[in-house]
Amino acid sequence: MKRVVITGAGTINALGRDVPATLEAMREGRCGISDLAFRDVERLAIRIGGQVKGYDPAAAFNRQQLALYDRFTQFALIAAREAIAQSGLSLQGELADCSGVVLGTSGGGLTTQDENYRSVYEEGKNRVHPFVVPKLMNNAAASHVSMEFNLCGPTFTVATACASSNHAMGLAFQMVRSGSCSVMITGGSESMLCFGGVKAWEGLRVMSKDACRPFSANRNGMVQGEGAGVYVFEEYEHARARGAEILAEVIGFAMTSDASDIVMPSKQGAARAITGALRDGRIDREEVGYVNAHGTGTAANDKTECAAVADAMGPQADRLMISSTKAMHGHCIGGTGAVELLACIMALRDGVIAPTIGYEEPDPECALDVVPNEAREAEVSVVLSNAFAFGGLNAVLALRKV
Amino acid sequence: MSVKDRVIAIIAEQAVLEPSDVTMESTLEDLGIDSLGLVESIFAIEEAFDISVPFNANEPEESDFDISSVATIVAGIEKLISEQAK
Repeated sequence: MKRVVITGAGTINALGRDVPATLEAMREGRCGISDLAFRDVERLAIRIGGQVKGYDPAAAFNRQQLALYDRFTQFALIAAREAIAQSGLSLQGELADCSGVVLGTSGGGLTTQDENYRSVYEEGKNRVHPFVVPKLMNNAAASHVSMEFNLCGPTFTVATACASSNHAMGLAFQMVRSGSCSVMITGGSESMLCFGGVKAWEGLRVMSKDACRPFSANRNGMVQGEGAGVYVFEEYEHARARGAEILAEVIGFAMTSDASDIVMPSKQGAARAITGALRDGRIDREEVGYVNAHGTGTAANDKTECAAVADAMGPQADRLMISSTKAMHGHCIGGTGAVELLACIMALRDGVIAPTIGYEEPDPECALDVVPNEAREAEVSVVLSNAFAFGGLNAVLALRKV
Repeated sequence: MSVKDRVIAIIAEQAVLEPSDVTMESTLEDLGIDSLGLVESIFAIEEAFDISVPFNANEPEESDFDISSVATIVAGIEKLISEQAK
């Protein structure tokens, strides 16, 4: 089996337009959640989100590209450009043939669907732009990344709701580890912050109207975000041979299904994913210093997740740190694990643990060290990233310091 | 603006050219407009003139709408507009 390392990272999200800006915001515990701004927002009960504000698509893309790129594709490309530039890779010939793209998304081109449904249903128009289908399809982002960077190997999209990008990165990891691919561009992207996207979430009554406060006793729901995180996963010897800077090593991955309920999480399913990732990476649980939580700020997730971590980690659960960065950037749904992996890399490389901001009252059902409100300096050598999706689908990644 | 000038403006925008670079003899191929650019141009023409252009990208040569040059496109649109006015 091959070793797999990360040689490039890119992002755009409510905290920043790139990785340095995002990490700075995470270190400072800044909140990127603000009043939502889009058409018909006044008809929503939920009016806050981690929206990417002041973003000018025309600064990154030309007119023809914008006719084809939904916002989730734009985010994916912006993040991929940053990641691939950092890696220094140029994909040609045989290398291009064994390099691909696996991206997660849940809603795909939801903004495109929303705008065009509005146009034909509400406004009564009978003609839509010819690119509606290629713009809204869930694989559009992965395909455009493949086209822009000449990635000719396995390329596809994974949709497992809030675990999409962890599933995507886990598959990319397995493909490089098995030797079938040298380089995989992976992560996820989401842009659901439009009227229909937020209205649908409103219907579930799990959204907070004021803030995301993971693990805090007074938490009252999740807050949606948007954005993308994209990484270059590369075979270790390949990266070493070309002198690439290695950000972290991906060492383990596991996925499980609760097989029980379409929305309520299960402690057992989550715990099996965590222990599975440890087993896959041959990791002693005493080595794990930090867990980037799924931590949505809902009543159900946070207590179930803490119980699962306690079960899976045993006595180590009381020694490790666990934080949810969703209180800062919002829940980026199918892109969230990818945005959050930045906090894992920051923990390993910089020795800085991103905080859980918005934390106000201890909850006895979430009695772990959640790194409340302020970032902390700590040396950690192994970290985990949790993602637990609607549908009962769980995906946990393990990373090690290099 | 005449129908001809409006069509030339739409095609020029699609081809990222100045309208003065688009002549009546130009073919879409000359102008670098591919199949996706063609359906986008037809959409823009339909929007601009509020007409429905009978064009199927699967069999362009079978369509009643002749796209072999800018001149035939303009003529086709003028015909559609006049039929609609009846």
